[in-house]
Amino acid sequence: MRRRSLLSAAAAASLGGCARDDGTTTLRFWAMGREAEVAAELIAGFEREHPRLRVKVEQLPWSAAHEKLLTAFAGDATPDLAQVGNTWLPEMQALGALEPLDPWIARTPVLQPADYFGGIWATNAPNGQRVGLPWYVDTRLLFVRQDLLARAGIPQIPRDWAAWRAALARLREWGVATPLLLPTNEFEPLLALALQQPDEVLRDGGRFGNFSSDDFRRALGFYAERFQRGDAPGLTNNQVANLWQEFGRGTFAFYISGPWNIGEFKRRLPPELSDAWTTAELPGPDGPGASIAGGASLALFKRSRHKPEAWALISYLSRPEVQLQFYRLTGDLPPRRSVWAMPLPGSAGGGTLAEDRHAAAFHRQLERVRPTPPVPEWERIANEMQLTAARVVGGRESIDTAVRTLDARVDGILEKRRWMLERTAS
Amino acid sequence: MRTSGREALAGWAFAAPALIVIALFFGVPVFAGLALSLTDFDIYALADLRNLRWQGWDNYVQVLTMPLFWQALGNTAYFVVLGVPLSIGVSLAAAVLLQSRLVRFKPLLRTALFAPVVTTLVAVAVIWRYLFHVKYGLVNYTLQGLGIDPIDWLGDPHWSMPTIILFAAWKNFGGNMIIFIAALQAVPNDLYEAARLDGARSWAQFRHITLASIAPTLLMVTILTTAGYFQLFAEPYVMTQGGPLQSTVSVLYLMYDEGFKWWNLGLASAVAFVLFLIIVAVSKGLIALQRRISGAEA
Repeated sequence: MRRRSLLSAAAAASLGGCARDDGTTTLRFWAMGREAEVAAELIAGFEREHPRLRVKVEQLPWSAAHEKLLTAFAGDATPDLAQVGNTWLPEMQALGALEPLDPWIARTPVLQPADYFGGIWATNAPNGQRVGLPWYVDTRLLFVRQDLLARAGIPQIPRDWAAWRAALARLREWGVATPLLLPTNEFEPLLALALQQPDEVLRDGGRFGNFSSDDFRRALGFYAERFQRGDAPGLTNNQVANLWQEFGRGTFAFYISGPWNIGEFKRRLPPELSDAWTTAELPGPDGPGASIAGGASLALFKRSRHKPEAWALISYLSRPEVQLQFYRLTGDLPPRRSVWAMPLPGSAGGGTLAEDRHAAAFHRQLERVRPTPPVPEWERIANEMQLTAARVVGGRESIDTAVRTLDARVDGILEKRRWMLERTAS
Repeated sequence: MRTSGREALAGWAFAAPALIVIALFFGVPVFAGLALSLTDFDIYALADLRNLRWQGWDNYVQVLTMPLFWQALGNTAYFVVLGVPLSIGVSLAAAVLLQSRLVRFKPLLRTALFAPVVTTLVAVAVIWRYLFHVKYGLVNYTLQGLGIDPIDWLGDPHWSMPTIILFAAWKNFGGNMIIFIAALQAVPNDLYEAARLDGARSWAQFRHITLASIAPTLLMVTILTTAGYFQLFAEPYVMTQGGPLQSTVSVLYLMYDEGFKWWNLGLASAVAFVLFLIIVAVSKGLIALQRRISGAEA
């Protein structure tokens, strides 16, 4: 305890340095990767509006950010605000590191909750407490080589599982050996298939795993069948040396990925292929299905000493026109519907983002995203789920044994959570 | 008596700064780690210490009953059993080669053979990943030239660990090579001359003079390399992330995952102590084995 008070004294001393004599206040803003690089550009406008505020953007690499946020909390060194991956919010909320945002939102009429995509909005309120405001969204859907489909005689991009199965079989007959890329070390595709089913993946309010349910078995069955029939090669994404090159060569006709790849595909595929690929909603069991509700949020830290100022920055970054500028700088998709309806500067004919050839499918998909269970242990559970799936794909376990073992593992991981919930209840 | 007491005091006073530093930066963390390994410290406990539960030996029981731990231990043992002899054999061969009178351009060769040690692991791992790539790798290209089917070196659970072993042996043999060169230079030349007069061939010379003379060095290098190889982490971390099918998860990799990825610091500390005990036991075993061998010879 002594050490802790010493640490906080040091932190307080360093924070004290932030309020300078000239009356300006400096906000510490942690952001990751590409977002951190462009944040400075967005913030120039904010600083013009608030001459007494200065914002210091501290850049974290994505790979170390999660660890850094936890150690910052342990060491009383959290910033005023940060970009937080929305699957980390339950963990940060359980720690009590984040400021509940509902009162702040209520005081800011320009922030209309109804303007946000429902599935994304829901991921920001673990245990009913809103601790994050969506900054950009991320979901997974199909990147398709429509020219290959057309040449193989497939009239339209499949919209349900049956049509997808048939299209994959047709492509194999036509000569694409493995038409679908499902890297066996990425959990997102299987998770999306599982979220398309009505049942929950965790039951009793996130107390137990629900992976031996019929619904999850169906999702895993469909996933494993892709490998058994030879539609997908059993590769991890480390083994695909250059994904874009392979896609350009026509090694794959379908790839499940996220919005950042729109920019990458535009940049890296040869120009003659620019019309050959497109994006499409993820096929579901019967018609277009759900997908995951990912993305990053802006969060305010409880220990911040400049909450009103930090909130002013969060609401500035959430303004539609700033969000549009953010999209143009990064390609990150905005979480507010109104931004999708704004004319894109520079686009021919004043089209909107929702009408963009590659973004439109994301727009439709975002109306059908489903949040994952808001438990702090979620990332670990998703990881276990994928290891199980890899065992099934490798033919080491039957689906029945695999889902039972998975449930037992998940119940073990959630043991502490159950103990905590029981203790709070009594 | 008085003087010896004062001398002892002076001795302690001189040793004190070093002892304090060791106690502070080694003793305290080790005991804190031991204490941590008896609790279930996790993010809930980080939020509020009242959420910390005393586990007693439960973490150790959990580690020892965890299938992944045994798999990790098996992977690590595989790495040590194959990697240590390979790495030491290559080091010794390179050292003998560099000592031989038949070899020219020695300084150049010495630098070339030592180069992997000073390269950045992450940078060379990227190159190795390309070399061993299933479709475009130089290794498979060569194999195909010889009429052998391509092997998925890093993607097939049977080949991933051998590939890591090759990589680690290549990366590390230079360090031991330098130690062996130093030991070989200390072997008196007249021993070889006497042996040649007695009609010993080069293999007999190597077996009865070279190996016998550098035996203490060989033991030390074996112990250091074994202890180091048990702590396998960076190679799988950059090459395979523990995959495929967890075939390259080492004990230390498991500890990293538990501690820093999932924040189960209690369990991670228990893994660390189990690994520590294993390394101590193996090192002791190696020393005892050496005593028995040298005792039998004497």
